[in-house]
Amino acid sequence: MKPASFEYHRPTTLEEAVKALAEYAPQDGRILSGGQSLVPTMALRMAKPAHLIDINGVRELADIKVTEDALIIGAGVRHAAFHKPVVDGALGQLLSFVVRHIAHYPIRQRGTFCGSLAHADPSSEWCLVSATLDAEITATSVRGARSIAVTELIEWAMSTTLAEDEILTSVRLPLLPENTRFGFYEFSRRAGDYALAMSLVTYELADGVIAAPRVGIGGVEGVPRRIAEAEEVLLGQKPSPDLFRAAAEAVANAADPMSDLQASANYRRDLARTVVRRALERSLP
Amino acid sequence: MAFIGRSVPRLEDRPLVTGKGRFAADVSFPHQLHMRVVRSPQAHGRILAIGTSAALGLPGVVAVWTAGDVSDIPPIDFRMTKIEGLEPYRQHILATDHVRYVGEPVAVVFAEDPYIAEDAADLVEVGIEELPVITAADGPVGIFAGTASTEPAQVRKGYGDVEAAFKSATHVVELDLSTGRHSAVPMETRGALGRYDASKDVLEMYGAAKVPHWNRDQVARMLKRSPSQVHFYEGHVGGGFGVRGELYPEDVLVCAAALRLGRPVKWIEDRREHLIAANHSRQQRHKIRAAIDATGKIIGIENEFFHDQGAYVRTHAATVPDLSAAMVLGPYHVPHYRTLGHIRLTNKTPCGTYRAPGRFETTFVRERLMDAIAARVGITPVEARRRNLIGKDEMPFERPIDALGTHVVYDSGDYAGLLDKSLRKVGWDELQMSIEARRAAGELVGAGIGMFVEKSGLGPYDGVKIAVDVGGKVEVITGAASVGQGVETVIAQICADTLGVDYTAVRVVHGQTDRIDNGMGAFASRVTAMTGEATRIAALKVKAKALDMAADLMQAAAADLEIVDGRVTAASGAKASIALGDVARHLLPVSRTRGEREPGLSAEGWFFSDHMNYPYGVHVAVVRIDAETGDVAIEKYLVAYDVGRAINPMLVEGQIVGGFAQGLGGAMFEELSYDERGEPLSVTFADYLIPTAHEVPSIDVLVTEDAPSPLNHLGVKGAGEGGTNAVGAAIAAAIDDALGLPGAVTQLPITPDRVKQMVVRRADFAASGIVQKPLS
Ligand SMILES: Cc1cc2nc3c(=O)[nH]c(=O)nc-3n(C[C@H](O)[C@H](O)[C@H](O)COP(=O)(O)OP(=O)(O)OC[C@H]3O[C@@H](n4cnc5c(N)ncnc54)[C@H](O)[C@@H]3O)c2cc1C
Repeated sequence: MKPASFEYHRPTTLEEAVKALAEYAPQDGRILSGGQSLVPTMALRMAKPAHLIDINGVRELADIKVTEDALIIGAGVRHAAFHKPVVDGALGQLLSFVVRHIAHYPIRQRGTFCGSLAHADPSSEWCLVSATLDAEITATSVRGARSIAVTELIEWAMSTTLAEDEILTSVRLPLLPENTRFGFYEFSRRAGDYALAMSLVTYELADGVIAAPRVGIGGVEGVPRRIAEAEEVLLGQKPSPDLFRAAAEAVANAADPMSDLQASANYRRDLARTVVRRALERSLP
Repeated sequence: MAFIGRSVPRLEDRPLVTGKGRFAADVSFPHQLHMRVVRSPQAHGRILAIGTSAALGLPGVVAVWTAGDVSDIPPIDFRMTKIEGLEPYRQHILATDHVRYVGEPVAVVFAEDPYIAEDAADLVEVGIEELPVITAADGPVGIFAGTASTEPAQVRKGYGDVEAAFKSATHVVELDLSTGRHSAVPMETRGALGRYDASKDVLEMYGAAKVPHWNRDQVARMLKRSPSQVHFYEGHVGGGFGVRGELYPEDVLVCAAALRLGRPVKWIEDRREHLIAANHSRQQRHKIRAAIDATGKIIGIENEFFHDQGAYVRTHAATVPDLSAAMVLGPYHVPHYRTLGHIRLTNKTPCGTYRAPGRFETTFVRERLMDAIAARVGITPVEARRRNLIGKDEMPFERPIDALGTHVVYDSGDYAGLLDKSLRKVGWDELQMSIEARRAAGELVGAGIGMFVEKSGLGPYDGVKIAVDVGGKVEVITGAASVGQGVETVIAQICADTLGVDYTAVRVVHGQTDRIDNGMGAFASRVTAMTGEATRIAALKVKAKALDMAADLMQAAAADLEIVDGRVTAASGAKASIALGDVARHLLPVSRTRGEREPGLSAEGWFFSDHMNYPYGVHVAVVRIDAETGDVAIEKYLVAYDVGRAINPMLVEGQIVGGFAQGLGGAMFEELSYDERGEPLSVTFADYLIPTAHEVPSIDVLVTEDAPSPLNHLGVKGAGEGGTNAVGAAIAAAIDDALGLPGAVTQLPITPDRVKQMVVRRADFAASGIVQKPLS
């Protein structure tokens, strides 16, 4: 469990960082952010990057910005930053509710929001939040910056469309309208473990009926995603136990669950149904 | 001032909580080399070639060894429970022609630092021709090597006329039950540092644990040295649990390398290695049948089981299957009994003991059987047990079988009494009412019990040396070992009370083979019973000598003197007194006052015992099932345990609570899984789930002293394993009860996925109209 040797680079500006990545990426160089996923895989020698470009010293990536309609989270922002709401309204509360489900307290002090997206674990809470809320990210390289919808970013489990010389410099989450309700529910074997299934739902309640429903699931399939079939069930309806059950059933029918050591595909399908219904129940005041 | 029976603070805690502990990895010597083991990536295969030149070419690499380099070193021998025919299955320290599990050492690299060693290990090319893999112990018997089959031996025990028992039975209850492969994962992984001190011609090994003396003798034999030319040193040990401290290939390799390379050689196991290289345990399948009469009384039991030993037979030899065969009957009358245990080799990590070996497994099996008996005759699980328990007035109770080569005689016990106390403690009757009410409201809640008899105090001997110095400090030297369980404190308490000193004045030296010639170590919950009694015997001798000397000095009769708080005083209350340190000064070799007495205020004490003693206990679990997710919440858990005499009740409780956490791991979380190619799937803590502080509920503990052991003066029985023993059994019973499906749980660990399947089965039952009423 000693990592293979690597060369360590510590840029202090974004310009230096993208230059370093452009130079070293072709020689198996990688970004080091919170290190909470990368370092364990290096210790196991499942990853043996020849160069590490540590972006923890890049000041300009360290902040959270709030614009008129969005929250912009820089690549240096740690999970722990969200323990308390970072912005007034539903989004801040949503993030602070969800963050407690990510790993354990010490890990949350180091791991980053953007690192989670770049890592693209199927059970990443931030990937689920980003997919459900239609977040966009900014990818920056010596060639310039571009934005990518998170749904375009994450290709498959642990795999993204970032070019090898691109740094995921920030993620942009749209602020949620005032009448937004949300609910999140996760099931894992132990506290802090990656979820076997989880769901985030949001919707607006206008005149007692559901508008703009979003139903996301994570940990069930290779990539967290919204389930349109369930959203259709909810749209324009009054919240009720029966409605929530129907939406959950729609998710169970639409999902194509994975199978692994901890949970068979069938079991995951059952869990998907349950976590969606419970997330919906939690959306009620 | 009595120390025995009091929860005095642990003597060993100060260095541990102030960061001054000295674990294996904390030991280093100048010029040391670091060893890295190259492990087989295949579960079974023939070694074609091992390429070492690339590794040897790496700067900083000093040597790379393969089997050919250690062909003069014999395989690792058996320490316990040797039965005929196991020799061909011993493990060599490096794989010779074949590899038989993923993780088997095939080569070792010695380098200047651990990073280089690991880099070099990656460069060693291992060419293996794959062979068919056996992963199941209950399938067809295969070939191990040559004419040796994968069933090296069978364990048979029994008595009475089992055929007749089944012929006369009103009912026969039959179950097929399995426990999952899991093992201990001590916080401290294994570690070993070998060093040859040429100035003294002594080979030293640091990082010893559990059985330092036996390991010293083996290393001496394997490396052709005399035992007195080999010293083993135990430092702090971050948990043993049966796994740590057995003699493994790596221990022998660091010693051999220290001798040959002339430099200290250090090896620290990493966690991934631990999960594939250290002993696994527990994987067993039992097909058990009970012949019972109309009232649920057992007439006979027949038990066939398959023990998955993994790829080789290690130091424990047949210990676990032997104990499984001997202990499965627990606290019940079983007039006729027959067991057949198949020891099976598979292409998985070799196995050994883990806390409550052979009992965690068989308590699950037996208590499942008791619940099935209750369901069959329509009585409550509690009643089924009561009808079969061995009575207090039948003690000592003899079973005509042996365990670990000792005759099984339950020395003392009041099983029904402890059951009553346990049920009262949890408020069983009210509990049943509240469970019924909650069930009626739609909740899946249930309660279950598990009863068991443990074993402890394995002999055959223990000896200690006690010496009082002129400063009045007492040193107790024992061949026992400490794996962190509180040996120093408990032995000091016994010594202090016997001698008449404060327990903090007693320093206990353990696990140092250069300080005492013989020692049995620490396993089988033996230390407090065996070493404790040897300590008491030695302390009595020291006391007698002190009083005899003081009698001269104080011009009093020895019989009129006593030792209080480290001073010899007159029992009459007369003021004059003399400190023990001063008595020791009068006993120095140069002292004129010594007279004809042997120099030194010191003595040796020996205690011999041919029998184990048998603590016993009851676990009660209350669980709630989430029908949708299959999640099981433990609402209440009681461990009641009779240890005869609790020297330090706080330490007994600590043993029970910690033991429970490990039992819970085996019952619900931990499983060392393999795929069909023999690839281990649980090689990190992301996949091998140990319960954390969040998953382990706080439990109730009831320590009783109703049945002191007649086999030692203090009445002590071991306390190490009762917290683990019945966790699988009690939780399984509670889950059955919550589901209203007697016999639903047939397999450990009980994972949410598996519980969910039971919930589905329950719904199918309900739909089919078959009513399965829980018995309460
Ligand atoms: C015990 C444990 C439990 C955990 N449980 C959870 C959990 O329940 N839920 C969860 O979501 N996560 C969990 N994690 C993972 C944790 O949240 C990580 O912090 C996260 O997945 C990655 O973020 P990081 O900043 O640590 O990235 P790093 O580990 O530094 O990097 C991960 C990968 O992403 C790349 N990368 C990182 N940042 C960037 C960037 N800005 N641009 C381009 N590439 C980048 C790296 O090169 C690397 O390949 C757990 C981790 C541990 C150790």
